[in-house]
Amino acid sequence: MSSSTPELEQEKVKVGLVKTSESRFEKVVAVSFALSLLASIGLGIVYWQGGQTQAEGALLFFALGGLGFGIVAWGKYLVPQGPYVQEREELKSPESERAVLIESLERGVTQIERRSFLVKLLGVSIAAFGVITLFPFIRSLGPQPKKMLYVTNWKKGSALVRSDGSKVRASDLEVGGVLTVFPEGHAGGAISQTILIRPSFEDIVTKPGRETWGPQGYLAYSKVCTHAGCPVGLYQELTQQLLCPCHQSLFDVMTGANPVFGPAPRPLPQLPLEIDSQGFLLAQAGYDEPIGPGFWERA
Amino acid sequence: MNYKPIDWVDERLGTAKFTRKSLNKIFPDHWSFMLGEIAMYSFFILLGTGVFLTFFFVPSSADIVYHGSYAPLDGHVVSQAYASTLDLSFNVRAGLVMRQMHHWAANVFVAAIVVHLLRVFFTGAFRKPREINWLVGSLLLMMAILEGFLGYSLPDDLISGTGIRIAYSITLSVPIVGSYLASFLFGGQFPGDKIIPRFYTIHILLVPALMAGLLGAHLAIMWHQKHTQYKGKGKTEKNVVGVAMWPAYAMQAGGFFFLTAAVIAALGGLAQINPIWMYGQYIPYKVSYAVQPDWYMGWLDGALRLFPSWEITGFGHMIPTIFFPAVLLPGITFGLLMGWPWIERIFTKDTQAHNLLDNPRDNAWRTSIGVGVMAFYMVLFFASSTDVLANAFNLSLNFVLWAFRALVFVVPPIAAYVAYKLAKEASSASRAGRPRKAMVVSRSNEGEYTTEESDPRIEVELKRSAMHSEVPQPLPEEASFHAAEATGEGTSESEGGLAMSASSLSSAATGEMSERPSGGPEVYQVPPGTPGSGGGLFSPRGPKLSRSFEDPEEEK
Ligand code: HEM
Ligand code: FES
Repeated sequence: MSSSTPELEQEKVKVGLVKTSESRFEKVVAVSFALSLLASIGLGIVYWQGGQTQAEGALLFFALGGLGFGIVAWGKYLVPQGPYVQEREELKSPESERAVLIESLERGVTQIERRSFLVKLLGVSIAAFGVITLFPFIRSLGPQPKKMLYVTNWKKGSALVRSDGSKVRASDLEVGGVLTVFPEGHAGGAISQTILIRPSFEDIVTKPGRETWGPQGYLAYSKVCTHAGCPVGLYQELTQQLLCPCHQSLFDVMTGANPVFGPAPRPLPQLPLEIDSQGFLLAQAGYDEPIGPGFWERA
Repeated sequence: MNYKPIDWVDERLGTAKFTRKSLNKIFPDHWSFMLGEIAMYSFFILLGTGVFLTFFFVPSSADIVYHGSYAPLDGHVVSQAYASTLDLSFNVRAGLVMRQMHHWAANVFVAAIVVHLLRVFFTGAFRKPREINWLVGSLLLMMAILEGFLGYSLPDDLISGTGIRIAYSITLSVPIVGSYLASFLFGGQFPGDKIIPRFYTIHILLVPALMAGLLGAHLAIMWHQKHTQYKGKGKTEKNVVGVAMWPAYAMQAGGFFFLTAAVIAALGGLAQINPIWMYGQYIPYKVSYAVQPDWYMGWLDGALRLFPSWEITGFGHMIPTIFFPAVLLPGITFGLLMGWPWIERIFTKDTQAHNLLDNPRDNAWRTSIGVGVMAFYMVLFFASSTDVLANAFNLSLNFVLWAFRALVFVVPPIAAYVAYKLAKEASSASRAGRPRKAMVVSRSNEGEYTTEESDPRIEVELKRSAMHSEVPQPLPEEASFHAAEATGEGTSESEGGLAMSASSLSSAATGEMSERPSGGPEVYQVPPGTPGSGGGLFSPRGPKLSRSFEDPEEEK
């Protein structure tokens, strides 16, 4: 612990050491608290006047920041910092302690195990209670999936309607037009949402076996992405592709909405269409496969 | 001072011992120990602002016609959740600040946890005896992410609704139980009207309660085990060197809460976040694009984009493609995270307890693994903006996607290799990372310049402002307490309470503490306001030094 020598003092003056006086820190802390006080008053006024988001944020910043800065500076520059040293106590207990613990445990276990029949019965009873009470807890949360994931509201003869419920006529779309449609009576439904596209005026066959599905150039696909279920909303007329905005899967409209890019694993299911005598678009039948993302039971 | 309350409580609960130990606890001082604190303070701010929000938010997806003060949506049919969030933002005084602070605090919270975790990882603070806290911390991280997702989902806007839809599909993708799990969690098939009220309960009650419990455990364990410390002069595996809890640490840490809150308040007031009125109400068949989730979901979104369209079918069953990036990947991620202390032990065979932290550069293997893993998740994170990047740089989506699919395999090993080399290099350079000595240039009266290295003592002296002592020493109260205990003197203490221990201390302490002939009770009665009153106390030459610092000229 050498004391401060005159040379050292001179040296300090030479390198121009800042004088760190405590009174200076006191002033800083005081200003900081005063600033906080003013900001709090300002906050009160702003609030009283009906509030204003940006002013509130800024004033909160100064009210809290003034307090914080002042307290930290006080705690750092105006109270002793040590360093202090403290011994760590051993975390581990002495061997004897553990030995007694184990003995005590064993004593209890032997005392209980003496009545082994009761132990078993108790175990079974607790387990039964647990299972029985768990059941309503889980089971009441939602219906069993059953056929839920396999069906939509599309049936044979469902008329195609817009989200406002109005029916769609074959004359409604130009070439390149798209429309989100639903089965009549279920406008706006999340599961049955279907995208209706008209790439041409001629009948379109997207795949073998779907000869009659695209009358007068109308094609309808489930709008629920087979990847993670986002609505496949963007039709790019030029390339005749549907884009899912969530992870950029692309589906080729003319070949049965086959995924041509991105993470989607399966084509969008196609809805077979027909046009009735009054020119309204109808579904020939519902979807012939589950729509949307995959799940375990689905083959 | 009135010590009655202390006596009163102690006679009933016997708290004096614990409180004494706590006040005199020593905390190692390092900026990186603040990271956990930022997380904790953000959590408090989340609780505070969150309670405010619950007073106004209506967790219901029932439709109403909106006639609030946001004119563009007037007359629209929206859910009550959405409408009440708009009212909260536009009609409740300070509502928008609170809402935006809540959202910002959530982002800061998860960020602070992650950086804190990295600090713990790279310094090896997870090693024995701190594995339990590593597990608790990992659970906290998982819950924080879950909680953030749930909160994000509540306003029922277009973006959050799309997020729930994806979460539903992910739940559905779990093998064997997926369809049941999805139906039970979401109350039937998506969308349904049970999701918002259910998420609400989980968000405001279940998860916060669990987190509060885990955080309490985290802190209690840390308190009990005492902090780790970086290697340095006087620091050993068996001691803790730093500032005292009372008052220095308490003030610094307490003040830091206000600073954290101040930054979050400024963000909440000045930086717009999640303007749901611009997105519109959730409508299942509508989409918006360039949708970005909160940052901590980015890696999952990126993984969903990059993973190929593989779907496994056979035996009448299917493992959907999103199972791999969205269920398996997080499972592996958190599994490896939680298992790390044991995984590392397989290789190091190290079963010792460690209280001294590693400098990351001295453990090149761990550091390079950490950097590699970080790089992997960073690539995934950036992959969540493939569309934005493609637009911004006028590239084809196809190119960007394939580039990222390559980068996710290429970048991590390169990053790990570079980190390994750098760490090796740095740790072999002996003085790397230490402060340089100042060069002093002086001009003599004759105009001659000389250069010399500054007196190293100055550096030391500089740090020894009045508030710093030269060598680490025990707190005087503790030293005397233990000395008194050793000589059997301490037993009489309970009578006089704290006031007495101060006087019984001085005589006992002097012997081993300092060369001061007699400490005497006057040590505790330095008049308030005396310059250096604090610092002079414990450092024998404090007062003198501080005088010389105040005004060196005066001495001449
Ligand atoms: C809610 C989130 C969390 C909060 C509020 C929190 C808070 C804290 C605080 C205040 C400390 C003491 C200061 C420090 O060392 O930085 C601490 C220590 C610690 N935390 Fe966390 N933490 C959180 C999450 C985590 C996570 C995610 C991990 C790792 C997976 C973790 C692992 C640890 C460990 C091992 C320690 C002891 C380290 C030591 O003593 O040096 N914590 N935590
Ligand atoms: S949900 Fe359509 S690409 Fe992911």
